[in-house]
Order: sequence, then C-alpha cells, then structure tokens
Amino acid sequence: MGDVSRIVATDCGSTTTKAILIERRDGEYRLAGRGEAPTTVEAPFDDVTVGVLNAVGELEELTGRRFLADQKVTTPVADDAGADLYLSTSSAGGGLQMLVTGVVKTMTAESAQRAALGAGAIVIDVIAVDDGREDHERIARIRSIRPDMILMSGGTEGGTVQHLLDTAELLVAADPRPRLGKAFKLPVIYAGNSAAREGVQQVLGDRVELIVEENLRPQLESENLGPAREAIHRLFLEHVMAQAPGYDKLLTWTSAPIMSTPRAVGEMVQLAAREEGVDVLAVDIGGATTDVFSVFGGQFNRTVSANLGLSYSVGNVVAEAGAANIRRWIPIAVDEDDLRNRLRNKMIRPTTIPQTVDDLLIEQAVAREALRLALLHHGALASGLKGVQQARTMADLFTQASAGGTLVDMMSLGLIIGSGGILSHAPRRQQAAMMLVDAFEPQGVTRLAVDSIFMMPQLGVLAQALPEVAMEVFRRDCLVALGTVVAPVGRAREGEVILDWRVGAESGQLRAGKLQRLALATGERAEAEMDPARGMDVGEGKGRRWTGMVEGGAAGVIFDGRGRPLVLPSDEEQRLRKLDEWMRTAGAMPGGPH
Amino acid sequence: MAIAYTPGLRVAPDAVIRQVRRLPMKGQVLVGAGQTVGADHVVARAEMPGNLHTVRAAQMLHIEPQELGAAVLIGPGHAVKAGDVMARTKGLFGWFKSELRSPVSGTIEEVSAVSGHVRIRERPRSVEVLAHLAGTVVEVIEGEGAVVEARGALVQGIFGIGGERRGPLRVVADGPEQVLRADRLLDCRGCVLVAGAGAEASAIMAAAEAGAAGLVVGAVRDEALRQYLGYDIGVAITGQEDVPMTLILTEGFGELPMAQRTWELLASLGGQLASINGATQIRAGVIRPEVIVTREGAAAGEAPVEPEQVLQIGSRVRVIREPHFGRLGRVSAMPAELAEIETESRVRIAMVELDGGTEVRVPRANVEIVQG
Repeated sequence: MGDVSRIVATDCGSTTTKAILIERRDGEYRLAGRGEAPTTVEAPFDDVTVGVLNAVGELEELTGRRFLADQKVTTPVADDAGADLYLSTSSAGGGLQMLVTGVVKTMTAESAQRAALGAGAIVIDVIAVDDGREDHERIARIRSIRPDMILMSGGTEGGTVQHLLDTAELLVAADPRPRLGKAFKLPVIYAGNSAAREGVQQVLGDRVELIVEENLRPQLESENLGPAREAIHRLFLEHVMAQAPGYDKLLTWTSAPIMSTPRAVGEMVQLAAREEGVDVLAVDIGGATTDVFSVFGGQFNRTVSANLGLSYSVGNVVAEAGAANIRRWIPIAVDEDDLRNRLRNKMIRPTTIPQTVDDLLIEQAVAREALRLALLHHGALASGLKGVQQARTMADLFTQASAGGTLVDMMSLGLIIGSGGILSHAPRRQQAAMMLVDAFEPQGVTRLAVDSIFMMPQLGVLAQALPEVAMEVFRRDCLVALGTVVAPVGRAREGEVILDWRVGAESGQLRAGKLQRLALATGERAEAEMDPARGMDVGEGKGRRWTGMVEGGAAGVIFDGRGRPLVLPSDEEQRLRKLDEWMRTAGAMPGGPH
Repeated sequence: MAIAYTPGLRVAPDAVIRQVRRLPMKGQVLVGAGQTVGADHVVARAEMPGNLHTVRAAQMLHIEPQELGAAVLIGPGHAVKAGDVMARTKGLFGWFKSELRSPVSGTIEEVSAVSGHVRIRERPRSVEVLAHLAGTVVEVIEGEGAVVEARGALVQGIFGIGGERRGPLRVVADGPEQVLRADRLLDCRGCVLVAGAGAEASAIMAAAEAGAAGLVVGAVRDEALRQYLGYDIGVAITGQEDVPMTLILTEGFGELPMAQRTWELLASLGGQLASINGATQIRAGVIRPEVIVTREGAAAGEAPVEPEQVLQIGSRVRVIREPHFGRLGRVSAMPAELAEIETESRVRIAMVELDGGTEVRVPRANVEIVQG
C-alpha cells in the first residue's frame, strides 16, 4: 500500500458521472477533489467514457493535477501525471435488471430475490408456482420486461424437480430477449435443485446461455447465496456491461473490474458495520427509486423500492402511502386537494426544486413517507428463512419471535446513513436528521449521518483493493455527522419523566411527548449516562442504565420522547402545534432558530 | 454542468412531423414507400399468438412423462376443440382407460416427454397499426411497420392518459382561462374537445359519456383525474389506460389557464381532424402527449423546428413551480453566484421579468423555456 498515493475513482450513474480524487498527504488518505459531468451512455454520444473524461477533466481543473493522457485515465503516476489506481462503478443504462424464478414465493423465490438484490440488481419480477398467475400471463410478462439476466431457483436438495422443468418450459415458450445486444444469448443462472439440472439443460437447450451454480437454498433451513451472487456479478461484467456502449474501453482503463453501484455501496456498508462493530442501516433516496442496505447481526441485506422516489415516482408514494399520511407530517395547514396537485406537478416536472417554505415542508413530508415505506419493504425481505420449523421453548411461547421474522431491529441499530438529494442537500442538516428519525423511528441510542456527496460507491470499489484506505476516507470525508438520537421505548403518559440523562457536564430529564436537543458539535464526543424510567428501555433493558459515548453533529443529541411507534395527534390543531414545536426544538424549521 | 437548460414543449403551427408506426411483433407491412395514407389507413398487421395453456397431462392420466407420447391422440401442430379427447391411456387389458379432454380450443403446440405437459395455444388475434396521421410513407421497416411523415400543427402536452384517437377539433370554452362546463358538451360525439383552464370531474365524465374522443385542457385537479380513472396513477408512464376518452393536459395539475399561444393555435384549427395520443413517459426517453392536425398534401421539406434548449438572458420562460407557477416572462439576468432563497437553500437563480412588469427571483431549475 506504500506506493499508492493517488487514487481516482468514478461512479457512472444513470444521469451523472462523478469522479473523486483520494490522495495521501502526511501519511493520511483524504478526499482531495471531486468533479462531475453528465453520463454519456445514450445518444448522441453512446460512449460512457466521454462522460468519464469530462468528469475527470473537471477534477483536473479543480485540483490542478493531470490524470488524463491520450484521451484516457492513465495509471500509474508518471511525471506527476495519472493515478496509481483508477477504479469505477456503474449503474448507467438502468443498472442490472433481473427476473428471478423460484418454486414457492416466500421460500426459494425469496432467497433468489435476496441473492439478486445483494448482487446489486433491480428485480423486475418474481415468477413462482404460487404467484397466482396463469401461464399465459407469466409468458406475456416475461416477454414484456426484457431482463438482462434470469436467476432460476427452486427445490431444496432432494425436493421438487417437476416445478423446475415447468419453469424451464415456461421460459422456452416466452423466449425472452435480452434488453441490450440483440445478438447475444440471454444469460440464465440455474441455482436450484441439483437433481433437476440435467432436465433443465435439456429443456432450455442452446436457446439461452445457461450457467449452472450451486443450489442457493439447499435446505429449508439454510441459504447459500454466495455462488449465485458471484455468478451474477461475473455475468454482469461479461455480458451486460460488455453490451453497454463504451464499457469495453473503460474496462481497459480500470485497475480492477468495474462494480455495479449498489453492490459497491453494499460492500462499503458491510465494511463499515464490521469496522465500527455496530448494526448499520443505509438508505439512498432518489427521484425514482429508494435503495435500503442493512447489516443486522452481521447479515447483509439490500432492497430496492423501484417505485418510491421524490420526483418521477412521487405519484406512487401518494398512491402507496395515501395523501393523508403525507399530510400528517406537514407542520402547516395544507388542503389535501392542493397537496395532491402540487405533488402531481412535481411528478411531471421532476427537476424543479422547492422555492417556498410550504413546498419544502411538503417535499420533506413526502420523503418521510417514502423512507418509511422503503424500510417496511426492506424489513419484509431482510428476514430469517421462512418455512423453517423451529424447536420452540417455553420462553418462546411468550414472545412474538418466529421463523421468518424480520432481522431489522431498530433497538440494536447503531448507525443510520442517509443519502440522496433530499437528505444530503437539505437546507439545514437538522432537517435531514428529523426526516431520518421520523421515518425510521430508531430506538435506544443511534448515530445519524449523511453521505454528503454520495461517495460510498467509489469507496466500496476501493475497499476491494485497499479496505483500510476506504475506511479512513469513509470516516474522515464521506460521512457528515448529524448527531445522535436517544429514544426510550415503553409505555408512558404524556408529560411523565421517562429518562434522566447526562452527557458530559450537561444533564436533564426527558418527558413523554417531548423532544429535546443538546448542542454537541461535529467531531465532539461525550461520555453519557441514560437512566430510563421503570418500564422504559434505551437498549439495556427496561429501567436499566445505558452508558457509553455519544457523538455530536449538526443536530447535536436529540432526545426523542415522542414514543414508539410515533403516533401523531389526530386533532388537527394539536398536530400542527406539536409538529411546529418539535421542528423548532430540533432546529429544523425554516426561518426558526438553528 | 455549467449549462442550464430546460427542454420546453413544442407548440408549432407548421412543422414536419415524423412518426414511427411499428407493430409490437413481426408481421406484414401493407404500405410502400412514397404511398399517401389517410389517418385510418392500416399500415401493418400481425397475428398475435394466442394465450398458451399448460395441461399437466401425465399427472392427470397417472402415467410417467415419457409415456405421454404414446397416449396423445392429437399431436403437435394439430387443432383441438374445447372438450375434445386429446389423450387416452391404454389401460390394463383394455380396461381402466383414462381420458384427457382439452380445456380450450386451439392448436397443440408441445407434448413434453420431460415434464409430461401438453401445451395448447389459443387462436391468434389480429393486431393492426394505423397511420394515425394523414401523410406520406417515407420509410418501410421490413416486417415491422413504416415511418409516416406529415406536415401540420403540433402541440405537445405535459401529461396525458389514454391512447391514440382521432376526431375533429371542437373548442368548448370562450377563452384559455375558462373552466369547462358540462352544458357546452352537446353534440360532441367523436370530437377532440379543447377547453381552457380546467375541467371538473363531472364535466370530464360528461364529455366521455357524450362520446368525445379526447379532451385537451390546461389543467385538471388530481382528484378529478382520480375520479375519471377510478384509481391513483402511480408512476408517470401512461397511454394504456382503459378510458373511453383520451385526456391531455397542456400545463399541469390544479387550475391553470392554457398558454395563450397553445390556445390560439388550437382555436384556429377548430373543425379540422386532429390525431391525439395521451401517452406520457417522464423518465428515460421522455414521451409527451401530442395533438397533431395535418395539412392537405405532401409534407414540405422544412426541417422540424427544435425548441430552444439553452437558457439565456432574453429567453421567454414559464415559471413551473410556486410561488409564481404558470406565469410567463423573460429572463432579465442570470447571476453567476449562488443565491439564498426562502427555503434557506443556496441555488443558482435567474431574474425573470414577468408579463406585467414585475421582476422576480426564480431558481433556474424552476423555469421552462417557451417559444415565442
């Protein structure tokens, strides 16, 4: 690692290509510059490298260094030009779009979905024997979606063969065509019951490019997603990326294989969870989609809510959440009819930005609902294995715990990372903090941060080669600390003291229904003691003291006594008064105190 | 990223319009290059394969998949009617025979010795693509369709629902600021109606019930759209809705007067045949709804006029977000430095002199270039 002192990394997104420079100065790796340019995978350019050259060109202008020679990013550094490492990620051209198939929707099909999502794909449909559709409906659907790749799963070892043959015949009847590259055969990864391999091969013949992998759900009690994920990644590079305009050229420039953007983010989230020793939840909310990544108890999961977003998909947030649920977060009186019209106008003119305070508050309310729904989707998929018989003890009889339950545990969660324009570019960082707290309702003690320039993709690909460097930059330059939220959980009456707290030299009491804030600047850490009232829990059990370090940030330490689940007053006047009070306390109200 | 541009919508009184008319699958092209076509002319036709039905034959006959071939009475490629016996087992010494009858009418497509299934395809359906515009075929796409070119007026809307329809244009409002009333909807069967600033749900329903082919209006309330459709539109990809009348909005949602230039153009075309399409796609390869009124005769050789793309001082713009939503004006200055707006965000702004003389600050992202 001693000889790597200058790293250039790009992320080719569907609209923008972002380049960053990481340099070693005085023995430390730091972010030294950033440039961006429009992505050029579509006409009239049809070449992703044009956007890369433009973005790196801007990086050259801003840093005064040279990285380009002969119309390419040069490695290694020679005559003070070029970079020691050049890496790239990509989600251009709509990312990796997959169809997955399985036998039972909540078992093998769900495992296949987890494998595909974990590999960075967008799952456009899940075909299963029990999906409630007729064959001709499935065929029509497969024909219309044009996936980049198909993942076939189903049957535990020793289980069904017939259903896999049925699915293979269905694929033959549908004759799906790949989205890109008319000449090449559609890759199909078979990761189902090994006893059906031969039959499936026979049925599919040479119509597709069949890749046989280990069964991803060999037993009901266990998943084996690694081999299928690796195959997806390999095929993504060999087939999908190779079909995208300009990627063959870009592949010759990079020092390591190009990674899909979501996979790279996933790698970074997992590294952060390992290094920090906490459960992590990361979210990237965009105009069209919302990605959620999590590591709970060492288990990584990713979901994409393809139709939850703040511009193109804002109509879908209204349809899924309901206008009333969006309206409940707005601290000013807004007529529902007016709200709906405003959101529709945002949908048809997605690039506009709020100019009035009303519009800003409305957009932030939509973000809360989109984030809340995205976490619900995530919780449903980030789960234990369904269909597993578990030996239950007497103690289990008194709990709700069951096989197939969600892994998402807001009490064990140590860090929430937010990304996407509405969070990263909120006029006040406190607003980003409040959006995350209101939408996710963290419990106990949880740190909040935003990835201000969405650098996690580049750091994720860097982590493959130099994990220590990636982590160093992640801690110093990628995350912008928002602060820490402390939320006791338990039943309490409005106004009752639920927590005695001490942070450094400061101390206070938190009452139910209230929000408090303690200023603790970015970079500051303080020893803290939290004594919850009897029946209240901040992470150590009911009534038990929590001690540890809390971190500061733009929002400081937020003590959230509003209860879990967070229920807003049903009375309109009271709701508006409470929302206004909470937002002012948090320093999140435009025009209000910071 | 230094260039600020915002694509406006086309409103052109005389443009060359080209449309690709393509089948959803391979088929037969029925026109030739240079041929003059009317809007209802069939350009291409295809036989869409019927639905495929799977019969778990081996399982139902209690035999092994590899024995199915011997039991099948009607082989692949042959027609079968619903209720016909299509497979029979030999049974034991001629006894205990099992029979399998076809659940649908169609053609046997496959008898699989691997899965033991029989697949039956229903009769194909005919799919036709019409010219939609009266014009000239300028290119034939082998086995798929043709490109039709026409000359005429083109108005792009901002959002629409419902697919292609044609009918004479009929103006049913007294001006671009008037909201449509149901009593203006007499004798509008087959017409494409042009209204002003809005239309209540009751007026939209009345127009559809009266048999109008389309309604082009400045804006409607989202609630009215929901009532007309019966559900909330999720993602902005439209055109396939099952509605009796195509609806095209030229400005947006709420109550917004139709832009004067759009209104004047549409009003001047009253009585002429309009070809409309509500299909809208806002993401990836933007598609906007269209109203096209072609002129007699072959297309002139003029190149289509592309709307101005780069925002600059003097650009004619419409503000497309609150607080001046819908107002027209001209860019008077474009300060280079970021400016703080009411939300406390620091953004790139443009100074816009609104019609009427007031100068306002607007984020550059919130203006749309309009022609003229």
